[in-house]
Amino acid sequence: MLRYILRRSVWSLFVLWGVTLLVFFAIHLPGGGDPSMLYLPLDVSREQLEAFRRAMGFDQPVHVQYLRWLTRAARGDFGTSLRYTKPVLPLVLARMPATLELALSAQLFALALALPMGVLAAVRRNSFVDGLAMLGTLIGQSMPGFWLGMMLILVFGVALRALPISGREGPRHLILPTITLGTFFLARDTRLVRSSVLEVLGLGYVTTARSKGLRERTIIWRHALKNALIPLVTMVGMDLGALLSGTVVTETVFAWPGVGRLVYMAIQQRDFPLIQAAVFVIAVIFVIMNLIVDLSYRYLDPRIRLAES
Amino acid sequence: MQSSAVHVQESDIAATRPVLPAPHMANPRRLSIAYSLYRNKAGALGALIVLFVVLVAVFAPLVAPYPLDTDVPVSVQLRRRLRPPAWAGGGTSEFLLGTDALGRDILTRLIYGSRVSLAVGFAAVALSGTTGVLLGLISGYRGGLVDEVIMRIGDIWLAFPFIILAILFLAVLGPGLDKLIAVLALRGWARYARVMRGQVLALREREYVLAARALGVPGTRILFRHIMPGALAPVIVIASFAVANTILAEAALSFLGLGVKPAVPTWGTMLADGRDYMRDAWWLATFPGVAIMITVLGVNLCGDWLRDALDPTLRI
Repeated sequence: MLRYILRRSVWSLFVLWGVTLLVFFAIHLPGGGDPSMLYLPLDVSREQLEAFRRAMGFDQPVHVQYLRWLTRAARGDFGTSLRYTKPVLPLVLARMPATLELALSAQLFALALALPMGVLAAVRRNSFVDGLAMLGTLIGQSMPGFWLGMMLILVFGVALRALPISGREGPRHLILPTITLGTFFLARDTRLVRSSVLEVLGLGYVTTARSKGLRERTIIWRHALKNALIPLVTMVGMDLGALLSGTVVTETVFAWPGVGRLVYMAIQQRDFPLIQAAVFVIAVIFVIMNLIVDLSYRYLDPRIRLAES
Repeated sequence: MQSSAVHVQESDIAATRPVLPAPHMANPRRLSIAYSLYRNKAGALGALIVLFVVLVAVFAPLVAPYPLDTDVPVSVQLRRRLRPPAWAGGGTSEFLLGTDALGRDILTRLIYGSRVSLAVGFAAVALSGTTGVLLGLISGYRGGLVDEVIMRIGDIWLAFPFIILAILFLAVLGPGLDKLIAVLALRGWARYARVMRGQVLALREREYVLAARALGVPGTRILFRHIMPGALAPVIVIASFAVANTILAEAALSFLGLGVKPAVPTWGTMLADGRDYMRDAWWLATFPGVAIMITVLGVNLCGDWLRDALDPTLRI
């Protein structure tokens, strides 16, 4: 187990390095290059421009810039934001709680509804409830999340004036962004729970449990669900990227002060150090969460544990 | 309870059994497509929706009530800005779905917008599908270090927040249909590669492949003529859902102001425009979303049908 964690950690470091390289490469694609003119007055003199470029390191070849960034980052120095003229790492970290709060609450919203709905749809297969749930999931998966957000704003913000539609000032502000971000995952998870419960219900051990005379409720919630959960856990782990992607758009719709919005603005403004740091922090979170997911389904599925040892 | 449980199992088997025609039928493949579409009403509906959107996109100039570039003077056009849809108070049948902030007919722009969504959806998936299939074939057939490297990179790729990379690339490269397609094509390859690799590993040791190898058929020919055709079913299913997701991703990128040039109408940019007028003109932000939803719904229904027909065990 310890060996496994160690190996995965080394691999994670490698992933992080790959991400920094990819982002650096993307920034310096032809046309990206040098953002100096965006941050200097239009009538800047040639000397001032050169001085700025030298100070920021933009006059160096790309690989030199990258190595310099890497050695500093390794010491915890991610540079200074061009726009905010502050160290970038605290800027990013300050926005992190908002994004995690949104992502977590969307995931909880999705799981809390998907589990009972999926199980119900599976147990009452081909019933009216099942049909309704499947229709709902189909629609939920076919909507752009941000559009759902706009429709929610139209109904609950503009027409009913029932809920706040922008900013982050309390639990009520979290409601609409959570639904916006969570609906796609709710739809997909419901379908997944339904299909894997159906699959498990046909297996021998469920028949055994039934023949022992266990109550149906016990069979489903205690015996069937634990095994049916394995694909869900895998999916939740793989969804992490999509979830973080979703926060970028959701945060834009609801003016939610999170990292997604920060990255988006930073990219628009060519704030290179800020982009690098923000993507790096997102990658770190992403790598850690993936590790947790991997370990958790080793816990859920003894077969994986046995195969390792 | 007991009886309902048995019922669950039976109907489950019936529903997942692939629809196959009787062996004596003249053209089994064509009949099976028609027959399974007939059996699967939802799939047929999806196919109809997709066909409809494709036709609208292709014949946009004929279907649209107005030309895209009107020669109406700006002053005249601005006088009819923000007209509500025909059935709402203040709307006229002249502009069925109303007009936008610049007085342009929304229905016309919706019809032309379908072109970008479909072109991007299908082209990006075709590109990433081809790349992914090739990499998966190589990975599964060669094995060893090549396999390890491709799969590990694929792991990162699958899970990383793609939109951040997309925003980054598009912000640097600038707008354009080709760039949009390229960036969205970058996203999907890993999934196809992973599935294809699994298929190859399963088929590689089959008797007919071993027989071909024993006969001295070269490796690439075995790969493309003997292994690939048998392995494509799940790829087709994944690709159909990928079209749906790509259309959604394109809408999101356009919404963020990254995509094709501003003059070209797309559903995503129309939504972005509508955002500024949510209080006064609900229709601006509503109809493009409905268009996206119906299109993606159609594609998803097709995907469900393809999965049930080709590979019911696939869990997507």
